[in-house]
Amino acid sequence: MTQATLLLAEHDNSELAPSTYATVTAAVAMGGAIDILVAGDGCAGVASTAAAIPGIRRVQLAEAEALRHPLAEQLAALVLDLAPEYTHLVAPATTFGKNVLPRIAALLDSQQVSDIVAVESHDTFIRPIYAGNALATVRSTDGKKVITVRPTAFERADSHGGEAAITAIDVPELPPLSTFVDEDLNQSDRPQLDSARIVVSGGRGLGSGENFRIIEELADLLNGAVGASRAAVDAGYVPNDYQVGQTGKVVAPDLYIAVGISGAIQHLAGMAGSKVIVAINKDEEAPIFEVADYGLVGDLFTIVPELVEAIRASR
Amino acid sequence: MKILVAAKRVVDYNVKVRVRSDHSGVETANVKMSMNPFDEIAVEEAIRFKEAGHGDEVVVASIGPRQCEEVLRTALAMGADRGVLVRSDAALEPLAVARLLGVLAEREKSDLILLGKQAIDDDANQTGQMLAALLGWAQGTFACRLEAVQDGLRVTREIDGGLETLFMPLPAVVTADLRLNEPRYPKLPNIMKAKKKPLETLDGDSLGVDISPRLHTLRVSAPEPRKGGVRVTDVAELVDRLRNEAKVL
Repeated sequence: MTQATLLLAEHDNSELAPSTYATVTAAVAMGGAIDILVAGDGCAGVASTAAAIPGIRRVQLAEAEALRHPLAEQLAALVLDLAPEYTHLVAPATTFGKNVLPRIAALLDSQQVSDIVAVESHDTFIRPIYAGNALATVRSTDGKKVITVRPTAFERADSHGGEAAITAIDVPELPPLSTFVDEDLNQSDRPQLDSARIVVSGGRGLGSGENFRIIEELADLLNGAVGASRAAVDAGYVPNDYQVGQTGKVVAPDLYIAVGISGAIQHLAGMAGSKVIVAINKDEEAPIFEVADYGLVGDLFTIVPELVEAIRASR
Repeated sequence: MKILVAAKRVVDYNVKVRVRSDHSGVETANVKMSMNPFDEIAVEEAIRFKEAGHGDEVVVASIGPRQCEEVLRTALAMGADRGVLVRSDAALEPLAVARLLGVLAEREKSDLILLGKQAIDDDANQTGQMLAALLGWAQGTFACRLEAVQDGLRVTREIDGGLETLFMPLPAVVTADLRLNEPRYPKLPNIMKAKKKPLETLDGDSLGVDISPRLHTLRVSAPEPRKGGVRVTDVAELVDRLRNEAKVL
């Protein structure tokens, strides 16, 4: 069978998520033709966006009301219908891909390779284990490779220059298992945490949700995103989707500023790939300093406002 | 409602693992092991469900070597009714674990299966979804809230943009995220009582399930350590270095 990849696009029916572009780069490294599946409702615009990515053979557009929200049961049934044509099924290792792809893998009798950070060949990949404290190189022996891709580990593919054909596909009857009730999405004008160039994160050292304002002020000044440690989320200072770490979001910005974060291994797993790390903490023994390029020991409530002033003054 | 919970024995949360010098894996000899923290949350949720009058029995299962009994005893001390150990000394991948759990679920006639969203050793985040697929059941992954409602469950999930709530009929598989609950510490009398609770052992090879590995691990290595950084003395030095040395401002 000729090698061909079906890539599940992550989108919200109006925009293609940045994670999709990074996943394309990983799929290109695996080789073979690449088709993108855009499944949703009223998402033809997303399909056009996907078709403009260079290196894509075809965009499969599946539109149905049942696909408005990416429910795993429905998406898996849809992909299973398309699967015979493909040797590789890939999706970003975001909550979207993590939810749906293992369901597809099991139905295809394939052992998924999760959260890859590098592609060695069409069947061999590198993935972090033990919260990133080890990297495993694994080869899949399954006929169909099912793979989730860590978006921050790959450059994003270009968004222009491609002219892939768009094929509308018939949506089969989808199993009415789970149904969407509602969602509570955090609205913010800030850049997204997993794709921002600069991330400012706060930890337990902030002491309250109100005090997070100084983190936000610094982030806004730098046009950055706001993140948090698990401790800060558990304490209720900020919502769950701010969490950076082994089980939260994995970020790899150009600059990561950790404020009042001690640096548990579970947090480091989510940010150790950042290009430059700054740590501000009053405890000079805090493990965060071991991974920081620039460490500043002191009271964050003094340092952060000073930092804001200094950056403003120097512009 | 019969609830099945799956609990994996893993290297303890607080252990910083070391890669073996022959690159065959990480060192697990003489390392503290305990229940996967996400599975602990799943066990707690199952017990709370029963305590709230939604469940009749909580069965906890673990798959692996004899020592997984310790994990089961912990779950029994927390309040699970009965334990099942599926003995296997093989290195099991998520698909194999899902298959074995599927057989158990049919045997136990489970209505709800709870497990952690991922194990902190292989970080695969697959077993629950695969199990739901193999059984043809609904799945509620990364749950931070679980409610029994008429004819099924309402599951609130932690997703990248915030929260999402789904309704699903039973039977269903739910995987626990961090904020679903805070697991209880077993009290001493309950630890003593747990020793007398039924714990059955099954042979993993006798369940008629293909558990052969599909992935070949070619090499396990330690990540490149980050180069040691510097301590700056004040904010002025920090801004100067970020601007002129790191060039990120």
